[in-house]
Amino acid sequence: MTEAASALKTTPLHALHVELGARMVPFAGYDMPVQYPLGILKEHQHTREKAGLFDVSHMGQVRLTGEDPAAALETLVPGDIKGLARGRMRYTLFLNEQGGILDDLMVTNAGDHLFLVVNAACKEQDVAHLREKLAGKAEVELLDDLALMALQGPMAAAVMARFVPEAATMKFMSYLPATFKGVPVVLTRSGYTGEDGYEISCDKADAEMIARALLAEAEVEAIGLGARDSLRLEAGLCLYGHDIDTTTTPVEGALEWTLPKRRRAEGGFPGYDIIHRQLTEGATRRRVGIQPDGRQPAREHTEIQDAAGNRIGEVTSGGFGPTAGAPVAMGYVDIANSAVDTPLTLVVRGKPLAARVAATPFVPQRYYRG
Amino acid sequence: MTRKFTKDHEWVLVEGDVATVGVSDFAQSQLGDVVFVELPEAGRVLEQGKEAAVVESVKAASDVYAPISGTVVEANQALVDDPAMVNSAAETDGWFFKIQIKDASELDGLMDEAAYKSFLEEAH
Repeated sequence: MTEAASALKTTPLHALHVELGARMVPFAGYDMPVQYPLGILKEHQHTREKAGLFDVSHMGQVRLTGEDPAAALETLVPGDIKGLARGRMRYTLFLNEQGGILDDLMVTNAGDHLFLVVNAACKEQDVAHLREKLAGKAEVELLDDLALMALQGPMAAAVMARFVPEAATMKFMSYLPATFKGVPVVLTRSGYTGEDGYEISCDKADAEMIARALLAEAEVEAIGLGARDSLRLEAGLCLYGHDIDTTTTPVEGALEWTLPKRRRAEGGFPGYDIIHRQLTEGATRRRVGIQPDGRQPAREHTEIQDAAGNRIGEVTSGGFGPTAGAPVAMGYVDIANSAVDTPLTLVVRGKPLAARVAATPFVPQRYYRG
Repeated sequence: MTRKFTKDHEWVLVEGDVATVGVSDFAQSQLGDVVFVELPEAGRVLEQGKEAAVVESVKAASDVYAPISGTVVEANQALVDDPAMVNSAAETDGWFFKIQIKDASELDGLMDEAAYKSFLEEAH
C-alpha cells in the first residue's frame, strides 16, 4: 500500500468490497469501490433493471437538535424546513452570502430532531458551518458511528420488504425507523439514481451483516461509484463540486424548485438579495442538459460554443449513459442558448462536436409515488 | 510473426512491412467498458510514442500512442461500429489500425510477450 492510500479513511464495508473484488480508488478522502468485477456498464444496467447496493458510508450523517432546529436551519438554507411534516424529507442547499452553494443535502424531520445527509467531501466544513452559525440555537452532532447504504432499482422495494415489510408502502421522500434482522435501522425512500429505492442508515457494527443479507438476494448486486455517477447523470441529478458549487446559485443551477414560495417571499437565508434578483430579472447563465450527437462522450471541462463559435460555457458532468445508449452531459451555457433543442458545439480534443440542449432527466425517473 | 508490446500497453503485430496495432488485454481490463473509439484515418503519418487514437470507457477517455512510426493504411471500421470489441477481443478482432512501418529498428525497443508479462507483474 502506498503512503497516500494508507492515509485514506475506510468505511465499515471496506473488507467486503475487497472480498468482492472491487477496484478501490480514493474518493473524498476514503478508499472506495469504483467498480466490482461486473464492471460499470453492467452495474449500471443491473441497477436500472433489478436492484443495486451502494456503500455511501463516506457521506456525512448529522443530527440537529434544539428548541426549534427547523427555524435555525432555515437561516442557512432556502428550503421549507418548518413546513416539513414529521417523517418526511427534502432536498435543500447550504448557501453563502453570494447565493453560492456550499453543499447540497437531504433534511429529514425525524420528530425530536432533524436528520441531515451531506456530501462526504463537505461534511467537516458543513458541521463547522452549522456549529458556528447555529451556536446557541441548535446542537450539531456528526454521527460518525453510523454507516449508510443505498438499495436502488425497480426490485429494491420487493427485496426490502422481505426484511422490513412496512418499507413497501413508504412514500417517496419519507423516513421510517425500523428493524432489519433484529438490528435498528433508519430507512428513507430516496436515492441518487432516478430509480425507486432506499437509503439505509445503521450502526457501523451492523453494516456488513445488512449488506451481506441484501447481497444474498438474487436481484441484488454490489454497485460502485462509477455506476453511481452514470446513473445520477442520466437522472439529471447534480454532483456537488462539479455541477453546482460556491460559484453557482440555485437559479443558475436550474434548482428553482428548491426555492418554495414562502422562502422566496420572506427571505431570511444567505444570498437572498442576489437570488431574489435572479428570480425576478433572470440569471445570465443556466445549467442545462446536453445531448451530444453521435457516440463520443464530452467530459467535464469541455468547452461549449454557440452556433457562431463563441465560448458560452463548459460541461460540468459528461459521460456515456448506458441506459440512454448515448453520451449525456450537463453544463452551463449563457441564458440566450439555454432553451431545449438549441444547437451547441462542444470542443472535444480540439475538434467540434455537434450537440443540443436537452431536457433532463435523460432517462425517466421512476420514484415510488404510492 | 511475434507480437510486441509497449509500456503504454499497446501491442503491435508485424506482417511484412505492415504492422497491426491494438491495446493489450491488460489495458482493456483497466479501461473498463469501452463505448467509443476514435481511430486515425488512412494516410495519417504517426510518430512513435505520439497520440494515435482515443479510447473512451463509460468513465474516462484515454489516449492510445503509436508503438512505432509510419503511415496508417487502414483503421478498423468494425471497432468503430462496435467499440465493446476492445473488451471482448483486445488482441484479436479488436485491433485499432494497420500501419506501414517506417523504421523496423523501432521494434527492437519494444517488449516481447514474456517481457511484457514480467513488466506487468513488476508494475502491478
